Amino acid sequence: MNISVTKTGLSALCLSLVLAGCSSTPVEETMSDIEDTTVQTVEVEMEAEATAVEEAPVEPTMSAATVFYFDFDKALLKTESRAALVEHAAFLMDNPRSIRLEGHADERGTREYNMALGESRGNAVKEFLVLQGVSPSMIEVISYGEEQAASFGSSDAAWSMNRRVELK
Amino acid sequence: MLFRLLVTAKTFHSIAVVMVLVFTPVAAWGELVIRVTQGNDKPTIIAVAPMSTNGIQVLEDISAIVESDLLRSGLFKIIPRQNMLAFPQNADDVYYRDWRLLGSEYLVVGGLKDSEGKIELSFSLLDVTSQKTVFKHRVTGTEAQIRDLAHLVSDKVYKEITGIRGIFSTRLAYVTAELNDDKFIYRLNVSDSDGAREQLVLESTQPIMSPSWSPKGDELAYVSFETGRPAIWRQRLVGGQRIQLTNFSGLNGAPSWAPDGNKLALVLSKDGNPEIYLLDLTSNKLSRLTRHFAIDTEPTWTPDGKSLLFTSDRGGTPQIYKLTIASKVVERITFKGNYNARPSLAPDGRTLVVVHRESSVFHIATLDLKTGRMLELTETRLDESPTVAPNGAMLIYATKQGGRGVLSAVSLDAGVKYFLPAKIGDVREPAWSPFLR
Repeated sequence: MNISVTKTGLSALCLSLVLAGCSSTPVEETMSDIEDTTVQTVEVEMEAEATAVEEAPVEPTMSAATVFYFDFDKALLKTESRAALVEHAAFLMDNPRSIRLEGHADERGTREYNMALGESRGNAVKEFLVLQGVSPSMIEVISYGEEQAASFGSSDAAWSMNRRVELK
Repeated sequence: MLFRLLVTAKTFHSIAVVMVLVFTPVAAWGELVIRVTQGNDKPTIIAVAPMSTNGIQVLEDISAIVESDLLRSGLFKIIPRQNMLAFPQNADDVYYRDWRLLGSEYLVVGGLKDSEGKIELSFSLLDVTSQKTVFKHRVTGTEAQIRDLAHLVSDKVYKEITGIRGIFSTRLAYVTAELNDDKFIYRLNVSDSDGAREQLVLESTQPIMSPSWSPKGDELAYVSFETGRPAIWRQRLVGGQRIQLTNFSGLNGAPSWAPDGNKLALVLSKDGNPEIYLLDLTSNKLSRLTRHFAIDTEPTWTPDGKSLLFTSDRGGTPQIYKLTIASKVVERITFKGNYNARPSLAPDGRTLVVVHRESSVFHIATLDLKTGRMLELTETRLDESPTVAPNGAMLIYATKQGGRGVLSAVSLDAGVKYFLPAKIGDVREPAWSPFLR
């Protein structure tokens, strides 16, 4: 099995290119059954930058939340995460692609235990998507434990932003 | 940067990546600085006379390094240099009365001389009370090894006076994370145990975690996310050759080198949830040790290599369990508190060090496995990753200071504490090396 590794340093560059590509992607195939004014605003703004938009690769996207939050030391999916995940599941079945679920923990507790906790959270989201009909083979769960905080600082507010699963 | 990473095409389970390390210490601002915040009640009073250089150019003050080593142990009080009336270089030049008046119990004297292009350091430990030479010793090294020579002096003096083997010649591995243009740069570093001579082992834009020393102290195993997923690697410190050991789906974490050097305990979740496995480093054979739907992680070896201690939440909260490898029998070890994790054993095999949560605060605590007595060693809020010195006298752990990760040290009797603050980035996951010589 071959593993290709870019020279350290290049990976950051690659990541930023991918992100830039995503942000200039036009929102064309949004889910037809949801009305979302935010999406329409984005479309208008993007049309203003016509040339950039037209040159960008066309990929189906959707607008539901991609970050799902958890309680301290828990890997139970919150009720408020469900609606967005139902949308994702429907969209993924119409537009199949491989996704990554990146699980994270706040800084409290030990690092390797938090790796396990991040994975449990990722698995909770995966199980929900699979129950909605998404093929498990399209979903990869990667835990980052407490290694990649979304919000810095040692406050309840920062911690609650860090206990999360990101759908990518 | 001071190093270059060369990566060639590589295949799983075969030697492939070549890392060229230029072993130049990074600039002084990146080094750790020590200050003792609390000392021992009855320290031994010692004077370390400045070593006579006898015309040899050296960039380091050997006696100052020895003073700092002894001070950091918490067991010594140092006579300040400015109070000394003379700087003798051998026992014959010593007026004991002068040193007795200063209150000194012991005196270290010595001097350098050239020995076929190398530096020879002769030094003596003198007992001021009995006015006798305790020992006279000689060490030789290159100019680049001046700090090594100084640490050898400290080791010899410490052993003679306390009866305990010194750890001044040991090293420390740790991970730093520095925010650079909204992205972290993760570095695995190795330094002397006093934080000096920091050397870069690995740099990555993706997380690096869980360094574990080989028992000989010549290799590190660690977790790197450089492939986009966590994987366990081993890397030689001299030469920098590295091998990727695991590439399973899910967790690949918490490597812990067996005392015999031939096996690695580690955590994989490839079979559904985190379990402890054993990887034979000679045959690459993997065997599963735990079978439970709960989280099993953070394995650490007992000194005899026959058992592992690990963290599991199989009882509802994270607690420490012991697994006897031959029988696979698992027994619970900790019961006090609702969070005990990241076990490690002191070399005596009896003192268990854990991260312990008490009323939502995380401390480092010890549990005497014979008496069941628990002792909280630290009182800050987010203390983690304790690592015990190979002589069992001190441990270093990661904590937060001013919102930033720093390393701190505490003696196992909680009597001595000092910080090793970094000047840049977030420092975490210290791992104390075994004895190196």
